[in-house]
Amino acid sequence: MPEGMIGQGIGASPVRVDGRAKVTGAAHYASDMAVPNPAWAFLVTSAIARGRVTAIDETEARRVPGVLDILHHGNMRGEVQEAGFFAGGGYAGSSLRPLEDDRVHHDGEIVAVVLAESYETAREAAYRLQVRYAEEQPSAGFDTEGAEARDAKDAVQGHEDAEVGDADAAFAAAPVKIEAAYETPTQHHNPIELFTTTASWENGRLTILEGSQYVHGLRNGVAKQLGLDPSLVRVESPFIGGAFGSRGSLTQRTALIAVAARRLNRPVKLVATRDQGFTIATYRAETRQRVKLAANPDGTLVAFVHEGTEVSSRPDPYKVAGTQTTARMYACPNIRTKVTILHADRNTPGFMRSPPEVPYMFGLESAMDELAHALGMDPIELRRVNDSTHESVKGLPWTSRGLMRCFDAGAEAFGWKDRTPQPRSMRDGDWLVGYGCASTIYPTHLGAATARVTLTPDGRARVQTAAHEIGTGTYTVVAQAAAEGLGLPLEKVLVEMGSSELPPSPVSGGSNVTASVCAVVMKACEEIRARIAAAAGQGPLQGRDPATLRLAEGSLRAPDGAAEPLTEAMARASNGAIEVYAENIPHGLPEGALKSLYQGKPALGAGLEGKDRVMAAFGAEFVEVRVHSRTAETRVARILGAFAAGRIVNPRTARSQLMGGLIWGIGSALHEATEMDRKRARYVNDNIAEYLIPVNADVPKLDVLVLEEEDKATPLGIKGLGELGNVGTNAAIANAVFHATGKRIRTLPIRIESLL
Amino acid sequence: MRPFAYERVPDPAAAQRAVPVGSSSAAAPVPTMVLAGGTTLLDLMKLDVLRPERLLDIRPLESRLGAIRLDGQGLRLGALARMAQVADDVEVRREFPVLAESLALAASAQLRNMATLGGNVLQRTRCSYYRDVSYAACNKRNPGSGCAALDGYNRLHAVLGTSEHCIASYPGDFAQALMALDAVVEIEGPQGGRSMPFAELHRAPGDRPDIETTLRPGELITAFQVPAGPWAKRSRYVKVRDRQSYAFAAASAAVALDLDGDRVRGVRIALGGVATRPWRATDAEAALAGQRLDEASAMRAAEVAFRDARTHGENDDKPELGRRTLVRALLEAQRMEIA
Repeated sequence: MPEGMIGQGIGASPVRVDGRAKVTGAAHYASDMAVPNPAWAFLVTSAIARGRVTAIDETEARRVPGVLDILHHGNMRGEVQEAGFFAGGGYAGSSLRPLEDDRVHHDGEIVAVVLAESYETAREAAYRLQVRYAEEQPSAGFDTEGAEARDAKDAVQGHEDAEVGDADAAFAAAPVKIEAAYETPTQHHNPIELFTTTASWENGRLTILEGSQYVHGLRNGVAKQLGLDPSLVRVESPFIGGAFGSRGSLTQRTALIAVAARRLNRPVKLVATRDQGFTIATYRAETRQRVKLAANPDGTLVAFVHEGTEVSSRPDPYKVAGTQTTARMYACPNIRTKVTILHADRNTPGFMRSPPEVPYMFGLESAMDELAHALGMDPIELRRVNDSTHESVKGLPWTSRGLMRCFDAGAEAFGWKDRTPQPRSMRDGDWLVGYGCASTIYPTHLGAATARVTLTPDGRARVQTAAHEIGTGTYTVVAQAAAEGLGLPLEKVLVEMGSSELPPSPVSGGSNVTASVCAVVMKACEEIRARIAAAAGQGPLQGRDPATLRLAEGSLRAPDGAAEPLTEAMARASNGAIEVYAENIPHGLPEGALKSLYQGKPALGAGLEGKDRVMAAFGAEFVEVRVHSRTAETRVARILGAFAAGRIVNPRTARSQLMGGLIWGIGSALHEATEMDRKRARYVNDNIAEYLIPVNADVPKLDVLVLEEEDKATPLGIKGLGELGNVGTNAAIANAVFHATGKRIRTLPIRIESLL
Repeated sequence: MRPFAYERVPDPAAAQRAVPVGSSSAAAPVPTMVLAGGTTLLDLMKLDVLRPERLLDIRPLESRLGAIRLDGQGLRLGALARMAQVADDVEVRREFPVLAESLALAASAQLRNMATLGGNVLQRTRCSYYRDVSYAACNKRNPGSGCAALDGYNRLHAVLGTSEHCIASYPGDFAQALMALDAVVEIEGPQGGRSMPFAELHRAPGDRPDIETTLRPGELITAFQVPAGPWAKRSRYVKVRDRQSYAFAAASAAVALDLDGDRVRGVRIALGGVATRPWRATDAEAALAGQRLDEASAMRAAEVAFRDARTHGENDDKPELGRRTLVRALLEAQRMEIA
């Protein structure tokens, strides 16, 4: 029996139900879906970051045979209305309206859309389109004139800085302390699937084919932009070739392509280029942080100050604000955090895998290592003495917290005891060797969700929910939940997702989907079970309490072992299929969560925002680095992560997520940075030859340990782990580099010149 | 990409008739260009940087120009030999390790399978301002328009051989190895065949960064001759880069050493990732000649090699990295066990 067939419910490790389709090409991504006779769009993006478009000369472009039309601000007719910035209650990643006027707000803003009979023709004509600008001096953000700083508590609705005790006084009086500044760069998601959109109209109804992490958000956002009733907009996104946050919010391109298709009265297809992907979607905001950390000689923290400044666009206050996590990480009586937004001539940043935690946990976990060194204490022991059952800002209990179990299991497996504490004390030939570790955390976000589950008389189930397969294995885990709930083998469960025509599911962000969607699917399955059980009175299960009857192994079963085949049991309850539409609002979410969901608004909650408790997944990451003693290249030799993330729905896909997170973390620590020409506020390495991510040769021996953890407070005991793996890696690597070289690098990525 | 005519060329004479080949000619758009592996040219056409109206595909000449031949005089590498083919050649690896190493450490396996040696030595800079036509200022792409890199993002830009008109670095690896082995380049052109030292193939930008080589219009590189010599076996290519594979050199050094015990009888040094063209460090060679090779003498030579380095802000650390890379290459070559 193939390994994948052993056990198929929650906790089993079946192979991905869509795996074969993906590797054979049978799985169709949005841009693979055929539309009849499409016209092709090619974007023209701005060559300046701030100023005005003074002229667009179409003559040469129009002369290219096959050109159909060129959209630009001069010929838009107010077709696209504002969708609103998502954080202000809207739908879009930016509040800018596409092609609204002649203003240029950031590098690579869409200034024209060329439409033609073929991709090649559209591209050639785009190259021949003459766009002239009046350039104004832009601000790139840090280190440049003209950026505007605002306190996040004023700029961002609902943002709260933490203030517990008197952190500054406690810091001043503390016997052992460190104070340091950390910097994290602009980063881009660069999913392998490019940003594509296909739009077509039929009888006033719009169909959008686009890779999306939130089809209901996209539908409602586009409907608002185009003044349509949302029911007239359909979004299809059956598979997504990587997203990492970049496809969570509506971008400008979608409405433009819809307008183009309406004008041409034929489908229009856009495949944006890789470099355009750097400026037409979102990215991880650059941050600069200051951390003060003070302790008693025994290591117990007495003061923690964490201040961060984050670059955003002129119009939108996107906040990273990982201080909400760092302030809660360890026991500490005096805490002060502050976030400042720096508005500059940039496009609006957005969510990128573990958005708040990746930059800010780099600051905290580096500082913890610095403090451990100052104390002469093992960094794991420093975390142990400051471990806590309650978070430190409001004193709320963690529903479970596996941090130190992860450190202990990880340290054992990694061989942490072989580390000689003195920096620069381990060596292998020309290479300096260092061990480092760091904590990792990701809040357990949850969202309201809906699903329809249909059990047909042949004993097969169909699950419908507008969740998204972003590469994580969602089709598989949702099928597992239904297989568990209905007692069916996996192959009898069909899952339909990725369409706005299906019952709404939350945005595939914040690592919430497995917990949120499996919970509502299980709720629907439970209702089906209850209906079948209630009708069991006349059959072989006569006399049993319906509440004790379970669906398992293709039958309805009583505790005493009596059973009736499912198809026969269900025939008592229904003459045909049994269909249940379920809605679920997880504990801790507001009443309005379902309403927001139906409106396509992102509405995640729980995590660290609970009123009575906080929940998160934890882990510990261990790294061995090699730094060349002469030329200072840093290479990771080994990496190990130990994680506690509640009940694991599918250990196979969970391991894959965590492994991918650790590899992502290697890239974040050592390679990834979107480089700016700060004078011109433009990106320069906007391709994946020069925007470096780890190649196979950079990925060393890698181990993932997943610890058992029971958390009765979360739905089904599940904690999301998609964004857990890459949170601690930046600091673990920086800490290992310090141990190898004696040099503390506080600016990411850690490069050769950092260590010369 | 703009429309272009495509032709496959049956013989070099036909290629010559198709002048100007013009990889180094000044006028843009270049009407005709030679296509071999296409790993640089097609990229730059898609980016609208190069706009040939006609491509002459010379891959049909591979049987004639793709051979690797080794004899007592040395090595002859056909210009259409693939990078992977030479990197994997057992004799090249044994007799001229710096050549094989420089090729094996370049690009990715897929690119090495496609790219030819002749095209490789002519590959264009990775300067972002050259490769992105939305930047108006680039003297290399658009003569007289200025250089955005001077006050822009220049972490990877050159510190040697720069001018006030261009600081773009030469991106390749193999050229440094050829240079360190005193290779000769064979050329065929409208006026017949000629050859010249490989060191004379590339030119520094000066006031004409758009003219990158000394090739005349219509000329085609057909082969590289690498003379045999006592230094060839003790030769090494050290490439320092931001990730373990598939990255351009932050700094590299090709060295070939002829040692008499600890003493340097002869040394050849070429530097990559730091200069506007493949860079022979002759003064550093002279500083080492006759000396005992050790950490101190290697560092003195490295000081000499970067004596004239000019930095532009974000590449301020490059001379130091270049020095360390050269020292590492010299000491690693010294430690090589030669059969």
